Amino acid sequence: MPASLRRTAALLLRQFYLLRGSPARIVPLFAWVAIDIVLWGFITRYLNSVSGARFNFVPTMLGAVLLWDFMARVMQGITTAFLEDVWSRNFLNLFASPLSVSEYLGGLVLASIATSSVGLVVMVALATLVFGLSFFVYGAMLAAFVLVLFLFGISLGIFGSALVLRFGPAAEWFIWPIPAFISPLACVFYPLAVLPHWMQWLARIIPPSYVFEGMRQILARQTAAPVSASGNALAATHLIAGAALALVYLLVMARAFTSVYRHAVRTGLIARYSAETVS
Amino acid sequence: MPNRAAAILSVSRLCKQYGEVHAVDDLSFEVCPHEIIGLLGPNGAGKTTTINMILGVLEPTSGSIAIDGCDLARRRRQALGRTNFAAVYAPLPGNLTVAQNLRVFGMLYAVPRLSERTETILEEFDLSRFRNTKCGVLSSGEQTRVALAKAMLNEPRLLLLDEPTASLDPAIAREIRATIRAFAERTGVGVLWTSHNMIEVAEVCHRVLFLSHGKILLEGDPRTLPRENNHATLEDLFVAVAREPLTIRHAQEVP
Repeated sequence: MPASLRRTAALLLRQFYLLRGSPARIVPLFAWVAIDIVLWGFITRYLNSVSGARFNFVPTMLGAVLLWDFMARVMQGITTAFLEDVWSRNFLNLFASPLSVSEYLGGLVLASIATSSVGLVVMVALATLVFGLSFFVYGAMLAAFVLVLFLFGISLGIFGSALVLRFGPAAEWFIWPIPAFISPLACVFYPLAVLPHWMQWLARIIPPSYVFEGMRQILARQTAAPVSASGNALAATHLIAGAALALVYLLVMARAFTSVYRHAVRTGLIARYSAETVS
Repeated sequence: MPNRAAAILSVSRLCKQYGEVHAVDDLSFEVCPHEIIGLLGPNGAGKTTTINMILGVLEPTSGSIAIDGCDLARRRRQALGRTNFAAVYAPLPGNLTVAQNLRVFGMLYAVPRLSERTETILEEFDLSRFRNTKCGVLSSGEQTRVALAKAMLNEPRLLLLDEPTASLDPAIAREIRATIRAFAERTGVGVLWTSHNMIEVAEVCHRVLFLSHGKILLEGDPRTLPRENNHATLEDLFVAVAREPLTIRHAQEVP
């Protein structure tokens, strides 16, 4: 195995060791998302019962909740792996080794893929087996939805980690509300057109809004005429825009993290990183 | 005896400035193969700042550092791959076991035949019985031994030890000193060692550098340096340097 890949794999192995030895780390990987799916599963059932057969809320709302939670789990996968180094005051040991910033970020991404996959599997199992959500309704576009949300989740995770690296361990509390903060603009539950004009402009710079708009377009076309090619084409256009935007976010956030790291090396922050010394 | 021809560490005109404060001021020195250099000085003299710059976690304001011929600024990965360190303020993650920490750091340093090397180093530092113990529950002395085991895992060319025996009892400290000396003699590693224990320094170091206000004030053999500066012991000399560095410097400059 090339040395660079070995260093990245070392960070994934570290995360595996931590998970293996700690039920307190394993349970949150699926517990909260499972509760979310159960909660929204019953809400969609209730909405279906009061609206009659005119509209199926399961793919629209439960599917949206599942995808949104997946994105949040990807973000938290990155930040939690990063915070393990904050909590164990491990930066000096890591960055005095041959590990580069890109290898470090690569390790965080691998750790996030591993941990968010656990949540995704549990969510999919619950949504399909208990509440009858069928992913076939989204067709092949589902893979693209997941990819855009994954890329944006990674970007948010790197952004959150950069915040903590720059402002110290107390800035951890900036990280957790990030998904909630951007959710009104992501248009998870409602169309973009519902938002005031100025908020629509903001929503257009948030990649998940393209995913959820695309998802609703596919479902709306299917209600009118099942498996509509034009519905898929429109959704694909949205998704290309969303994917391009997500890639831009990823590059910008990785660049931001590198800048913060360089600042930390210039000022000595890495060498004396702790709650007491950072500010 | 150290081979002065090919330095493992070359520090040249190194400076670190924080605003108006010169933490390290025009520092130049070399560490040669098999050589153990003591970096001495009172708190705030610039020892840890110097070590952090050599470890690549603090950017110098000016000057250069070369490790085994690799310029740290240009070839960071190669330079740090040939270096390792142990410091009391950088314990290994307490939530991993000794064996897990050694595996993770062995991978980070791309140690060949890692399993075999881990076994050797566990035995060398008498850590085999703690293999599956989380580092956080070890005593401070045991944690120091784990940090030293990690520091020697990649058989570095340059070893930086910041007060390596600070939390060890005298018997263990003596064993650790012997292990480090044997390691230096066997592998040819150059060692930069900071300590406030002057007896230890006199026993272990081939040469010492006295730092004050970021500058090298005195340099020489720890066994002869006190007499050369009219002090009975290295500890007396240390106290004099800490209290009146300018007097010492003046005495050196005006024979």
